[in-house]
Formats: sequence, C-alpha cells, structure tokens
Amino acid sequence: MMMKRSPLVLGNKTLKDVSDDICAPVERFPSKGWVGLFLGAKTLLLFYIAILASVVGIGIGLLGVNSPVFWGTMIVTFVFWIGIGHAGTLISAVLFLFRQKWRTSVARTAEAMTVFAVMTAGLFPLLHTGRPWLDYWLFPYPNQRGPLWVNFRSPLLWDVFAVSTYATVSMVFWYIGLVPDFATIKDRAKNKLRRTLYGALSLGWRGTARNWSHYEMVYLILAGLSTPLVLSVHTIVSFDFAVSNLPGWHTTIFPPYFVAGAIFSGFAMVVTLMTLVRIGFKEFQNYVTLDHMEVMNKIIMTTGMLVGYAYASEFFIAWYSGNQYERFVFVNRAFGPYGWSYWMMVTCNVLIPQLFWFKKMRRSIPVMFVVSIFVNIGMWFERFVITVTSLHRDFLPSSWGMYAWSWFDTGVLVGSFGMFLTLFLLYLRLFPAVSIAEVKPVLHVGYDEKGGH
Amino acid sequence: MAKYTKGIAGIWDDEHMILKAARKTREAGFTKFEAISSYPIHGMEEACGIKRSWIPYVTFVAGVVGLTCGLLLTWWTSAVNWAINVGGKPFFSLPAFIPIMFELTILFAALASVGALFYACGIPRIDPPVIDPDLSSHKFAIFVPQNDVGYDEAKIEKMFKELGATDVKKTEY
Repeated sequence: MMMKRSPLVLGNKTLKDVSDDICAPVERFPSKGWVGLFLGAKTLLLFYIAILASVVGIGIGLLGVNSPVFWGTMIVTFVFWIGIGHAGTLISAVLFLFRQKWRTSVARTAEAMTVFAVMTAGLFPLLHTGRPWLDYWLFPYPNQRGPLWVNFRSPLLWDVFAVSTYATVSMVFWYIGLVPDFATIKDRAKNKLRRTLYGALSLGWRGTARNWSHYEMVYLILAGLSTPLVLSVHTIVSFDFAVSNLPGWHTTIFPPYFVAGAIFSGFAMVVTLMTLVRIGFKEFQNYVTLDHMEVMNKIIMTTGMLVGYAYASEFFIAWYSGNQYERFVFVNRAFGPYGWSYWMMVTCNVLIPQLFWFKKMRRSIPVMFVVSIFVNIGMWFERFVITVTSLHRDFLPSSWGMYAWSWFDTGVLVGSFGMFLTLFLLYLRLFPAVSIAEVKPVLHVGYDEKGGH
Repeated sequence: MAKYTKGIAGIWDDEHMILKAARKTREAGFTKFEAISSYPIHGMEEACGIKRSWIPYVTFVAGVVGLTCGLLLTWWTSAVNWAINVGGKPFFSLPAFIPIMFELTILFAALASVGALFYACGIPRIDPPVIDPDLSSHKFAIFVPQNDVGYDEAKIEKMFKELGATDVKKTEY
C-alpha cells in the first residue's frame, strides 16, 4: 500500500490564485480588526519607549537589579526573545535542508518573527550595560585609549559577535526570499506609489532561468550557513551563563539544553502568531493548513520533553556531583522562595504540552493557541529560574537576597511585546506573508494528474 | 538605455509548455535567449543548457577569508598590539577565539554569496523593461535577443506559435 500525501495547499489553486490570495492583504484596505490590533500594539510600543527612556535617563536602578541579583529582567527577556527567533531559522533553513516541503508556507512569517524577535532582543543587552551611549565600546575598533581592545576571551563578547551576525544573516536571508515576491507585487500594482516602492524593494528582479539558477543556489547556501549559525547563537548565549563558576550555571548541559528550549519556545510563538494570522486573513487558511499546525504541535511536544529531560538531568547531576553548593542551588530552586516560578516552568513546559499526544488536541485551534501561550509563559519563567534563582543564593548566606522586582521590570517585559507586535503587524500588511515563489512549485504535492486528491 | 537589447518574446500559460519551448529554442541553435518565470521551474536549467552556478566558490573563498580575519583580529589585538593578562590565560588563547572566528566565517560567507548573487543577476537594476506584468504571477516567456545567432523574427514567431505561445511580441529586454 502506498501512503497518500495530503496536499500542502488546499483548494485546487491555480498560479494566479496564489498570487491573488497572498497579495490580497497587501493590496486591500486594512480590516477593522487589524487597525484595532495595530493601535493597541502601537500604544504598547509608546509605553515601552517611555519606560526605556526613563531607564536610560534616570538609570538602571529603576529595575530590580541589585546585589546579589545583578542580572534581571533585561537578561531574562533578552534570552526569551532571542530563543523565540530560533524557530524561524529552524523552519526556514534547517527544514529546507531536510527537504521538508511543508515548511514552505510557514517559512516567511516564521522568519519575519525571527527578525523582529532578534531586534527586540538586541536592545536588552545594549540597555543592560546601563550606559547605552557607550555601547560602541563593545566592538573592536582602533581607539586612542591604548589602543585598548575588547576581551576576546569573554563569552559576553562572543555574544556580541554571535547576535549581530545572526541578526545580519537572518535579515539578509529573509530579504533575499522576499525579492521575487516584491517583483510580483510591483507588476500587479495599480498605483504609482506602490509600483515605485515595491519596484525599489524588488531590486529590478526579473526571474530569468539564469537568475533563478543562481538564486536557488544562494538560497541553499544561506540555509546551509544559517543552520550552524542558529545553533552557535544559543550555544554562545548559554556560554554567558555556563562559563561562569556559579552553581546552577556552570554546567556542560547548557548548550543543547538552551538550543532545545529556544526551538520549543520559538515554535510556540509561531503557533500563537499563525493561529491569529489564520483568523485575521482567511485566504491563508488554504496555505497554512491544519496539517501544518499539527506538525508544529508535534515539534512543540517533542522539544518540550527534551527540556523536561534537561530539567531532570540537571537535578540528577547536582545530586550525583556530590557538591554541596550545587545540590543546594537545585533544592532551593524547587523548594526555596522562588519555588513557585520553578513549578510554573515545569507545568507550562513539560506537563501542558502532553495534551498533544491526542490528535484531537493537536488539530484544535483553540487548544493549540492556549497551549502555545502557556509555553511562552513557561519559557520566560525558565530563563527567570536559571538567571535569578542561581544568583539570589550562592556560596555565602551572608550575601543572599531577593530580586527587587519593580513595576519598571513589568513595563520592560510587557512593553517589549508592543515593539514586537507593532513590527509584526506592519509586516503582515506590507509584505507578502507567504512566499509566493516558493509555494507555486509545491502546489501539486498531494494532487493527482486531474487535480483531485 | 543601451543595456537593454531589442528582440522577440513568446508568452505561454503553462509550465510544461514553456519547458518544451525552452528545449526547442535551444535546439534551434539560440544561445542568448532567456526563459522568464515567476518561480524556479524544475528542469529548466537542463532545458536551457545553464551550467551550475559558480557562486559556491565565492562562498568558500569568503568563508576562508572570514576565518583568517577572525584569527588575525583576535591574535593581533590580544597577543601583539596590547596584550593584557586576563586571569592568567595565555595571550594567544585559541580555544576562546574560536567563536569569533566561526561567526566571522559565517558572516563573510553569507554576505559575499549575496553580493555574488547581485553581481550574477545584475541587480539592483532600476525599472527594467517588463515584457508582460503577468510574468511575475502566472505566465511564462521566452525572449530571444536580436543579437543571437541566426536571429530571424518571422521564423522565431512561427516557431513560438507552433509551440503553443498565446502571444508573440517584439520587445526590449
């Protein structure tokens, strides 16, 4: 018996239908729902700007960071957003290399999510320095102070290189994918402004066979380069912690543990956004089908169990190491003053995704939306648990303390969603949210010669 | 602009027809013709006789340059120009420099590949002539420039019509 493949695009679309459907949100007047969401997101962004302006203008002391917890909301939220970005690269690059054709219709939006999440994340370490106007010191440039160079042995500097390379390469990858689609919008444009704008963005792309040949090669190369890059980025983020000598941070498990967590949280965010996009833009339901959502939910459950395994093995190693400080940190993590955050993390990340064992749950839009929100919350708490609980009680009881959470911390965390959502909503209106040129070649998958399936 | 040449273009509505038409055009002896589509068509490279892209060589060389730059930058700044003792580690502490070298390898290779793509495709190009606006959506075209070997408008028009072209027009590309 032959396994039947379900079609990747529903509704027997022709090539013209694809162009029409995907360009429609760019070409029509925005819906009331979109305007409402956009105004909400923009208000949140303005609030975020005000919060950040106070943190920069008055000082980092507005946040709860103080001895002994010197890494707080900024770092926690940085790792959270950068992790979210990783799923986009995984979908666009890694699944491309594995020839997973279902990735095609999700890749563009997942990659947009990557770019905006990295932009949101990138602000945090810059602001966390406390004096962001001196942030150019992070880069090695010839100067008149010696010249005094940056310390290349520090993981924090590796992070500067990793995150800036990641931001650059994912933006370029995303843009190269967009170029042929911009040309499509330009050619369809009815008014001069749109023609000029998208004409400039399309760089004069014409789609000759020779051009496509080079284009496909570069796309493959960028996918091949992004794959080790995305693994290196979260590995290096985990080095920020693992290279220090603090119990709870100083573990060899961190790189794979962080990468799995990043993919986990990123896929949850893709599901959150995609369920909303499917509701807001009905024409996309034929492109991002329930099958796509189900596959992503399977990945969420798998990576959720991977991080669950990491939580368990951390505990085992803490006990097995025989090191009393290491043991104490983990007992304190689960049963100390911050125990509630630990159990919140375990519930959201390990227990709740188990629902996806049931096909009905995997294919239910409301269920996956709620689960993905829980995973987002859980993964923020994972970074909070790692950062704050390890710092707040280490070797000397005389230097124990708590993180003095202030409402500016809340403002920074909540406001960052304003920045992300504003960018994302603008993207949905201005850019083709499904790759037109990539969907067309997979139109026939799952259909027989006559067009039925 | 002088960059664009005059010639003749046939328009098709179907992927299979353009593949066949491209093969026939090539067999008729034309070498400078262009096949235009809104997405990469499987088998089009063979039909047009296009060689494998040379861009991977650029990627490799740029990657090697990036790696070398990373090594030289970390070594020269940490061990030569202003060596500082950090925690008793050696001035030239290679393992700690590997992340920097890795990131620069990727960065150089990726940006150079994209630069090579721009060069190979002649983009950015300001407002190039468009044979038919539907070519970026659902139609396909073959364009034969007038400087191609054995260019004969009447003959090409006849050949395109016989291959099922829905439209044939004299144009610039």
